[in-house]
Amino acid sequence: MHIKQEISERHVLTLMVDNESGTLARIAGMFTSRGYNIDSLTVADISEDHATSRITIVTRGPPPVIDQIIAQCERLIPVHKVTDLTEAGPHVERELALVKVAGAGDHRIEAMRLADIYRARVIDATTNSFIFELTGGPEKIDTFVALMRQVGLVEVGRTGIVGLMRGAELS
Amino acid sequence: MAEKSGADILIETLIEQGVDTIFGYPGGAVLPIYDALFQHSKIKHVLVRHEAGAAHAAEGYARSTGKPGVVLVTSGPGATNAVTGIADAFLDSIPLIILTGQVATNLIGSDAFQEADTVGITRHCSKHNYLVKDPGELANVVREAFAIATTGRPGPVVIDIPKNVQVATANGARPKSTAAPRFLPAGEADFALINQAAELIAKAKAPILYTGGGIINSGPAASEALRELAALTGAPVTSTLMGLGAYPASGDAWLGMLGMHGTYEANMAMNQCDVMICLGARFDDRVTGRLDAFSPNSVKIHIDIDRSSINKTVRVDLPIVADVGTAIRQILNVWKGRKHKAADLSEWWARIKGWRAVDCLSYPANDGAIMPQYAIARLYALTKDKSPIITTEVGQHQMWAAQHFHFEAPNKWLTSGGLGTMGYGMPAAIGAQMGNPDALVIDIAGEASIQMNIQEMGTASQYRLPIKIFILNNEWMGMVRQWQELTYEGRYSSSYSDSLPDFVALAQAYGWKGIRCDDPAQLDDAIAEMLGYDGPVMFDCRVTKAANCFPMIPSGAAHTDMILHNDQVSGTMDDEAKALV
Repeated sequence: MHIKQEISERHVLTLMVDNESGTLARIAGMFTSRGYNIDSLTVADISEDHATSRITIVTRGPPPVIDQIIAQCERLIPVHKVTDLTEAGPHVERELALVKVAGAGDHRIEAMRLADIYRARVIDATTNSFIFELTGGPEKIDTFVALMRQVGLVEVGRTGIVGLMRGAELS
Repeated sequence: MAEKSGADILIETLIEQGVDTIFGYPGGAVLPIYDALFQHSKIKHVLVRHEAGAAHAAEGYARSTGKPGVVLVTSGPGATNAVTGIADAFLDSIPLIILTGQVATNLIGSDAFQEADTVGITRHCSKHNYLVKDPGELANVVREAFAIATTGRPGPVVIDIPKNVQVATANGARPKSTAAPRFLPAGEADFALINQAAELIAKAKAPILYTGGGIINSGPAASEALRELAALTGAPVTSTLMGLGAYPASGDAWLGMLGMHGTYEANMAMNQCDVMICLGARFDDRVTGRLDAFSPNSVKIHIDIDRSSINKTVRVDLPIVADVGTAIRQILNVWKGRKHKAADLSEWWARIKGWRAVDCLSYPANDGAIMPQYAIARLYALTKDKSPIITTEVGQHQMWAAQHFHFEAPNKWLTSGGLGTMGYGMPAAIGAQMGNPDALVIDIAGEASIQMNIQEMGTASQYRLPIKIFILNNEWMGMVRQWQELTYEGRYSSSYSDSLPDFVALAQAYGWKGIRCDDPAQLDDAIAEMLGYDGPVMFDCRVTKAANCFPMIPSGAAHTDMILHNDQVSGTMDDEAKALV
């Protein structure tokens, strides 16, 4: 007997939650305990009174599992609203990356040139290194990081995705 | 307003919430609460012998009374011992409030004496939990906890209270929180969906009402509404283990329990129906059997209060999120208002009659030894007039009780369905007896399960609770042995109940009455002796050792592939079936 794998879809969920101790653990732990995937997770307090946070989770699963993930999130007491951006329609996704590159000569010049094309900003520079700051969709960042690998990539930090619905409505 | 200690605020808020009974066990981190309890005579504290007993006793209290059960235990081992009961209440949707002591806030995280991360451990086996760091928050946390535990789909809520928060003081006035509630109250169903449901039921040629624990949780009015729905539509009724009693077993439409050890007629009707109306049940694996063969040709209506129960394992055609009692009442109103008439179901009932004729619950007669099914049947016959509350442990005896004891009303059948916790029955009986002092409370047990919380005999002695423990003693962990016969060619790996205690002597040691019976001819007299004794009784009913529980849908099989008798057991299974729970 072999374990069967199912075809999964990538979904971006945003959750409006109470900003209280344990909320993140409750949500992340629920994903673990029910065997759901987390590709990335971001969280920050977003309201004026610091009472509410937005969590953006990128997850993967067959459609019935995604539906179940949303239902299980909604069941948690501190979760007020769950939106599946992937299902809800046009939306934007952005991620921020810090990319450190070291080298000299042609590599250093090529790194600068690529950074310019990708609209990455230099936020730290020494005679033999740069740190670039880059925002964009996950694919843009993946490509940029892949290019930097060829010209002296040292390390990368990524925030994970945040997303909002397009248009005037609330996500 | 004068300042009050956290412990006093806690106790006063519990009283405000209508608490009159707490099941608990003291320890270092809850001493301030115990001191406050000492000075408040309005709350009766039941001292258990192990914290697992406290949680199950509170479950028994909650399920038999409909009120939330309250548990009070200390930090560390006190809390971890209660975890099984918390997980049990979570899976069976039982409203509990579990108050746990915690080390002082400045010691949290320092590996202090009797420190455990209680909110971390219970986070995923409770409906919600809190760590309270300020006595000023305590009153509103307790109020919200009761609301969360009892509204929507009920469940256990844990409140972890550090010792310094119990001692520190805060304003005693405790104004109620004005924040909007963070949980949705049980609502009415969408009218359009109810309309569709009523039309589907009216057109059905072979409908079935598949009912579950949600009807019991919804309250007695839901059971009343279900009975009316069955009468109006003429549809047959089956139930999960959790829902027994919602529809009376003496009712004409009753097919018996469904699922792994359900009746042939219930499972065949589920397989062959054209419209399935699932009311407060959740398509558990013990109910569905093999999913791809589950009721292949039916239109499925699912009414559940918890959205996450819908489409979790079985895709349904008409999902309705609502309180099940309210939704049934809405269907009844639409049915009457639109003057729906049920279709002619005589052909459907004729088929059901054919399945009933199989007489799947029959068992071989035995004059020489007590058949376990016979023991349950006699216990039922001799107690049914007293409308007893039955609790069980987990195993063969539990399934025999579900098959051969018959329930006429809700809240009379307390069994660990979801988690399947051995050791549940005796503490649950203690809790049920506390909540129903005049009721006859019987724990139908097995000789293996009963030993898992046997220390609670002392609790029953202390509070003079006249519970009856009826042990079907076959000297085997019978259900384990049965699966080993089905799957592993009878290799009995660790399933024999060796070194059993003398249950009669044990009863006497605790000041109980002990009765032993191994003769079917004397069984009625022995049961009468048990019922006649005004105090706790442990009844060691020695039954035939080899009997197995049938009918049975084996692991990975469809409803139509039931094993009816032992001679149909092949002794092996393929790996796909072995891997299923």
